[in-house]
Amino acid sequence: MSDSLSQRYQPGSSPLHRLDPRVKLVVTLILVLGITLTPAQAWPAYPLLWALVASIAALGGIGAGRLARLGSVALPFALAAATLLFTTPGDPAAHVLGLTITHEGIARFAAVVLKSWLAVQAALLLSLTTHPTDLLWALSSLRVPTVLVQILSFMIRYLDTLRDEVDRLNRARASRSASVPGHKSGGNVVWRATVAGHMAGSLFLRSLERSERVYAAMQARGYRGEMRVLAAPPLTPRAVLWGAVPVIALGLIEALAALWWHR
Amino acid sequence: MNGNEIPMNEDCAVAIEHLTFRYPDGRLALDDVSLRVARGERVALVGPNGSGKSTLMLHLNGILGARNGGVQVDGLPVQDAHLGAIRSRVGLVFQNPDDQLFSPRVEQDVAFGPLHMGLPEAEVHARVDRALAAVGMGDYAGRTSVHLSVGEKKRIALATVLSMDADLLVLDEPSAGLDPRARRDLIALLRTFEDCTLLVSSHDMRLVWDLCARVVVLDGGRIVADGPTRDLLADADLMERHGLEVPWPKNSG
Repeated sequence: MSDSLSQRYQPGSSPLHRLDPRVKLVVTLILVLGITLTPAQAWPAYPLLWALVASIAALGGIGAGRLARLGSVALPFALAAATLLFTTPGDPAAHVLGLTITHEGIARFAAVVLKSWLAVQAALLLSLTTHPTDLLWALSSLRVPTVLVQILSFMIRYLDTLRDEVDRLNRARASRSASVPGHKSGGNVVWRATVAGHMAGSLFLRSLERSERVYAAMQARGYRGEMRVLAAPPLTPRAVLWGAVPVIALGLIEALAALWWHR
Repeated sequence: MNGNEIPMNEDCAVAIEHLTFRYPDGRLALDDVSLRVARGERVALVGPNGSGKSTLMLHLNGILGARNGGVQVDGLPVQDAHLGAIRSRVGLVFQNPDDQLFSPRVEQDVAFGPLHMGLPEAEVHARVDRALAAVGMGDYAGRTSVHLSVGEKKRIALATVLSMDADLLVLDEPSAGLDPRARRDLIALLRTFEDCTLLVSSHDMRLVWDLCARVVVLDGGRIVADGPTRDLLADADLMERHGLEVPWPKNSG
């Protein structure tokens, strides 16, 4: 059976895996924020930030190289910042298709790419070492509205079920997509699009019906519009202390960046 | 029909009087159904697909129906005022465990009922442990329900209502999709619930034979037969007339 969401998660018992998910979530948010707010030209800060992320990864038993590769999913999105190359005023460095690339533009673009790459690595660390269900209760104990957490929870529960349904539909279609020698098989594009559209529609209807059955199952067990969940375990001072370490390290890097390397 | 020993409403686990139900699209699903089930009885609800078995079951805790008192559970009319009390007494297990188990983790699903009954946290945990142990799934509390086998999911689905201490278990097709061993285990498990009243809808005549002393045959939204299992299931003509079959071939006895 496919497992699309949890395949990100890597089961383990490292200190990072065992750390309270609330602490991990908050620290990750602070890391992402800190990385994003690093002054653009504070170049020495970037290798330090990377070293910070990589050492947390090492605590979780995740190789820095692997994390860096996974983090590169962010790069296509960073291309959106490519316009900075041309729009930042400054010393011209090159001319491409009648547009002028400036040195300042290159620096800003590089900073955006580096920052998004690092921020994605920090976020990946969270999802690699925290089970999705732990993230859910972490979100709800951090006062994210229950409705949102519930929607996420249903998504996590039913995404794989839905994907299996898609697989079955596809298999059923493939089994009947036969061809006879001498005849052109497969139909034209419009016909194929129609088939795909019908499949999407039937998937939607099935999900709608399932949601009604799930709602009935919830009502049958006493649900009357207000969601109740088990209380989260108490937050230990030890976990908070561990969480403080990377935050302090980040603070130091940012202070250095702001005071000395920022021109 | 089961005429001579009708108990009073108060002594019945279920008392249904002249229940008629139409779906919003006008389709008649239940047509003047009257049924009494005594406490501690194990009753099988059989009938072809679309005969109204599931619809009838959804009336027992007020998910469907007018809630006008035509259905009584433990002497309590199924009405808005009693809905909370009734839903804590009726353990409804749906046919598809993927509908019954909607939480990411097994433990959360088993805790759902007790939590919504307003029980204190410690009691909820105790009930979750007890219910999972009762179905032999004690080690599964922290697992995610997505990747369990159908048999395991069915057992956990049962635990989700056992944790509510329901005294009327209403099971929709409990053996559907199970392999023979899981099915046998399930029957053995259900036989251990001696304090509960059991209402089971099924196409699985062997399960009916092994588990229930009484059979109610539903066809086209009407009760067409109601009596001891050994009599009704032996009546091959009756079974065939209503799209059912006897648990074993006619000449093998």
